[in-house]
Amino acid sequence: MLETALKGNSRYWGWIALLLIIMGVGGATWVWQLQEGLTITGLSRDVSWGFYVAQLTYMVGVAAAAVMLVLPYYFHHYKEFKNMIILAEFQAVGAIIICMGSIVVDLGQPQRMLNVILHPTPNSVLFWDMVVLNGYLFLNLLIGWVTLMHQRNNMLPPKWVKPLVYLSIVWAVSIHTVTAFLYQGLPGRHLWFTAILAPRFLASAFCAGPAILLLVAMVVEKVSNFRVGEEAKKAMAKIIVYAMCINIFLFLCEVFTAFYSGVPGHKHPIEFLFGAWNANYVSVMMWIATLLAAFSLICLIPPKLRENQKLLPWALIALVIATYIDKGIGLLVGGFTPNPFEGFSFYAPTMPEIMITAAVYAAGAFVVTILYKVALAVKAETA
Amino acid sequence: MNETRRTFLKYAGLSLAGLAALPAANAAAAYIPHTVHEKPNPDALKAKRWGMVIDTRRLNTEADFKPLIDACHKTHNVPTIEGPQEVKWLWTDDMHAVFPEQHGEFQHKEIEHKNFLLLCNHCYNPPCVRVCPTKATFKLKSGITMMDMHRCIGCRYCMAACPYGARSFNFKDPMPLIPEEDLNPAYPARTRGVVEKCTFCNDRLEKGMLPACVEASNGALLFGDLSDPSSPVRKALKENYSIVRKPNLGTQPSVYYII
Repeated sequence: MLETALKGNSRYWGWIALLLIIMGVGGATWVWQLQEGLTITGLSRDVSWGFYVAQLTYMVGVAAAAVMLVLPYYFHHYKEFKNMIILAEFQAVGAIIICMGSIVVDLGQPQRMLNVILHPTPNSVLFWDMVVLNGYLFLNLLIGWVTLMHQRNNMLPPKWVKPLVYLSIVWAVSIHTVTAFLYQGLPGRHLWFTAILAPRFLASAFCAGPAILLLVAMVVEKVSNFRVGEEAKKAMAKIIVYAMCINIFLFLCEVFTAFYSGVPGHKHPIEFLFGAWNANYVSVMMWIATLLAAFSLICLIPPKLRENQKLLPWALIALVIATYIDKGIGLLVGGFTPNPFEGFSFYAPTMPEIMITAAVYAAGAFVVTILYKVALAVKAETA
Repeated sequence: MNETRRTFLKYAGLSLAGLAALPAANAAAAYIPHTVHEKPNPDALKAKRWGMVIDTRRLNTEADFKPLIDACHKTHNVPTIEGPQEVKWLWTDDMHAVFPEQHGEFQHKEIEHKNFLLLCNHCYNPPCVRVCPTKATFKLKSGITMMDMHRCIGCRYCMAACPYGARSFNFKDPMPLIPEEDLNPAYPARTRGVVEKCTFCNDRLEKGMLPACVEASNGALLFGDLSDPSSPVRKALKENYSIVRKPNLGTQPSVYYII
């Protein structure tokens, strides 16, 4: 089946070549980082996690897009998602690859990576994060591939796939919860030390993931004869806006707790994020995120605007950027500011950090492209 | 033909089962505490729970702190790195930074602007040990939180978990940064990409010596067994008012500050 990925037009090969170039340049930068150490990053003693880990946090949410379609399709037999299911499952595979790649490039001694398996440590959330991420990758790859293979032979998927589908729904929730637990169980990190962090992860994942999926699907519609279906688009937009409203609500709950109580530990990170002290690029971005979030809600809440296909991509792009800034940049930098000494330590990613991250994303996009190519070829064959 | 294939599958299955048993055995072995592998030295200093008492009244100026910090950093080949990617085991900071939840609006001005000694607290409930995915950081029976720099994968989860900012990461190779004449060959070398921190001089305790900073402090730092009511640390704590850093987090630090 994989051989279908070897046939494509010049636009397809151009895209593949572009991804390979980014992977090559970023990969070379990573080799440099391996030689010099993480000193080439903007990380420091006080801000020990940064841009790389931020990508894990965000992309783990993008992997969630699958569950928001798989669940209605399999639990409620919502057939409109028929075309999207396979794209969702394969996007999850790409997202998880980006997550795992981001962890690997973040390690100071990646050659010792297998120590996590050789010396399994159930009291470490990172151990469980490895388990759930790998499990979710395997589940989505297996379910998607087997379903597609049977579809190609005009057969129904084998019976044993169904329990795995149900398992993958529960598993999707686990990858977000466990990743949130990475942060939320740490003493002395004010912004993360809140029970609402895991629910916030889920809410932001369930809006951002499907938003990216829908955007990607729209691009796929442009370059192939694949069609999402009008009803499916409407249903996805509804899911996205519900999740975004919950996401914003949960954030406002945090703001209330912090400022009504007036407890400094709760107030300081939020004050810092919005530029009340030591204003820097993070606060500018957080304000941009606020405006974009408001814009996306204005465009997505009224059904008339939501169903406007011209406006929809822009609303989705605004939503994706807003959630990325909030969960990718704000959550990480705000978690380390104030630092353990209640002080401010500046962090910004360096150029090498950005290039290595770009390569990780390119690797994920590469896998998604190949899988989508195969999926679309099978769909075209059997249509 | 079929028979051989069946035999082959049988053996393949058995071998796979064997391969699966290996990680399980490894997992079990990994739970044997590191202390089991240690050969005890009869002269080693022993305690149920090592602790330190810092008499902050006797440590005021830069000149009071410097010999302690130098003694520590020289003993453990701690490199001098300027800037935010520094490595430090023993250092100082002011009241606001050290005891952020314990300063009042109208506090004694001298205490407000005073510097305090900072090091790993060797917590009774160390969050760093809880989060480490490879057991590279672990607690000894004597209560000391140790760091295996050859096991560490450099994920820096322990740094995120430590509420006391006691851990340093080797962003770059530390060895070339240490002048050859300062190098202590008795302390193991490490590479870039691993986390390190104060070990309460466990290596010196093993040889029957007190920690380097305690030895250099002229009695301003006391070291002993917190579980023994007759130890010098417990006596000092009985007679003086003392505080610990961030007690509300429940980590139960083993470093006490006499105010």
